[in-house]
Amino acid sequence: MATNPLQIKILGAGCSNCEKLYETTRKAVQSLGVEAEVTKVTDYPEIMKYGVMQTPALVIAERVVLTGRVPSVADMTSLLATALAESAPGDR
Amino acid sequence: MSVDPAESPPSAVAPAPGRASLAPAGHPPEGRRLLGTLRLLAAFRSHRLVRYLTLLVAGLAIWAVIYRFLLPFSRWLAFDVLRLRETSRLGSAVQFFVYDTPKVLLLLTLIVFFVGIIRTFFTPQTTRRILAGKRESAGNVLAAMLGIVTPFCSCSAVPLFIGFVTAGVPLGVTFSFLIAAPMVNEVALVLLYGLFGWRVAALYVGTGLAVAMLAGWVIGRLKLERYVEAWVYQTPIGETAEAKPGWADRLQAGLGAVKDIVSKVWPYVLAGIAVGAAIHGYVPENFLASAMGEGAWWSVPLAVLIGVPMYSNAAGMIPVVQAFLEKGAALGTVLAFMMAVIALSLPEMMILRKVLKPRLIGVFVGVVAVGILAVGYLFNALDVGSMVKGG
Repeated sequence: MATNPLQIKILGAGCSNCEKLYETTRKAVQSLGVEAEVTKVTDYPEIMKYGVMQTPALVIAERVVLTGRVPSVADMTSLLATALAESAPGDR
Repeated sequence: MSVDPAESPPSAVAPAPGRASLAPAGHPPEGRRLLGTLRLLAAFRSHRLVRYLTLLVAGLAIWAVIYRFLLPFSRWLAFDVLRLRETSRLGSAVQFFVYDTPKVLLLLTLIVFFVGIIRTFFTPQTTRRILAGKRESAGNVLAAMLGIVTPFCSCSAVPLFIGFVTAGVPLGVTFSFLIAAPMVNEVALVLLYGLFGWRVAALYVGTGLAVAMLAGWVIGRLKLERYVEAWVYQTPIGETAEAKPGWADRLQAGLGAVKDIVSKVWPYVLAGIAVGAAIHGYVPENFLASAMGEGAWWSVPLAVLIGVPMYSNAAGMIPVVQAFLEKGAALGTVLAFMMAVIALSLPEMMILRKVLKPRLIGVFVGVVAVGILAVGYLFNALDVGSMVKGG
């Protein structure tokens, strides 16, 4: 298991979809039972560092994995699982 | 540590240094297991495409059958089951409602699905690449057209604006895009076509694009770059390397768009058609003719003035447009009102204030409003009211 919690960021300046994406992500994290830190990024210069032009966007371990839409909790769960597998390949 | 090249063909994942993260060196069994997983994943992906394609063909067939039998079904329901007289006002209203509502929704589903697929080819990144470094005028025309097919939500206006201007898309060209994107889209096109006929739909799309092109061009000519907040041009922009979608992903995006848009829009369609049917007999035909008819010159500026601070998307305007046109308002006035509500709004100004100084916002609103005014007067003068379906 990774020792550091997975870093997840929700990019978007307080639109209703950003809030939805935040909730979806939290639910998916919970259902997977992994340790993750979910933070909101609302500052535009900070958002632009990721080169994102559609909000909300999802960043897992500093990689943009989703822009401009809110997936279902099931889709989000598989997305997170993939990201987890990729971020810690040699830990087993 | 070296691997015999004969054992691992170049296409296979060899534990080479560059692939270290995929198959850690020193763990060949794990590397092979990972390769197996990848193959399985690929098989599953192509399987997903087959599933979506089957679903698509079945869906299209069902769509065609329903569409084909809508008219006979509506007549059967209204005149045989409900036993309404074909010539009575109620009878024709019921038949119209039962026929038109599903027809518009079916058209909407089909178009939104295909536009959803087209949109996967035009991410904002693609659009930006096309527009960066384009000269003005040609750039304005292109930007307005790309506004139709690039996915856009007004909440993304700021990151999009920053992403465009820092990449070298001229300010005026960026505005052409920002004006066209919310105003001219497939939802507006389908709803206007379904309820008012193709001429009104074409007029709206054509003039909407013209307003976006011209307003953006004028803003570009005025050289207002200094009224963009200074930090915008200094923002470092990162690169996103999003995976290129496969066809299964594109089809899924189309289905997602249908689910997303149709679930939001159908109440407005219903309301629009119901409004048309309900007020038909109760409010005098020319109730609005004196206030909003072609004779009242002040009705266009008034419509724009009222419309600018208001906000609604294209679908939300449909019931209003229906009611206005039904009761004798002039087409130019109604189109101007619809455009003003969709293209300009207070919430959008407040969002844009983060990147634009007040003077540039003022110019933006002024130039677009003048364009919309011109559209309103033009169509009132041309007397195209008779183009409205059934009127």
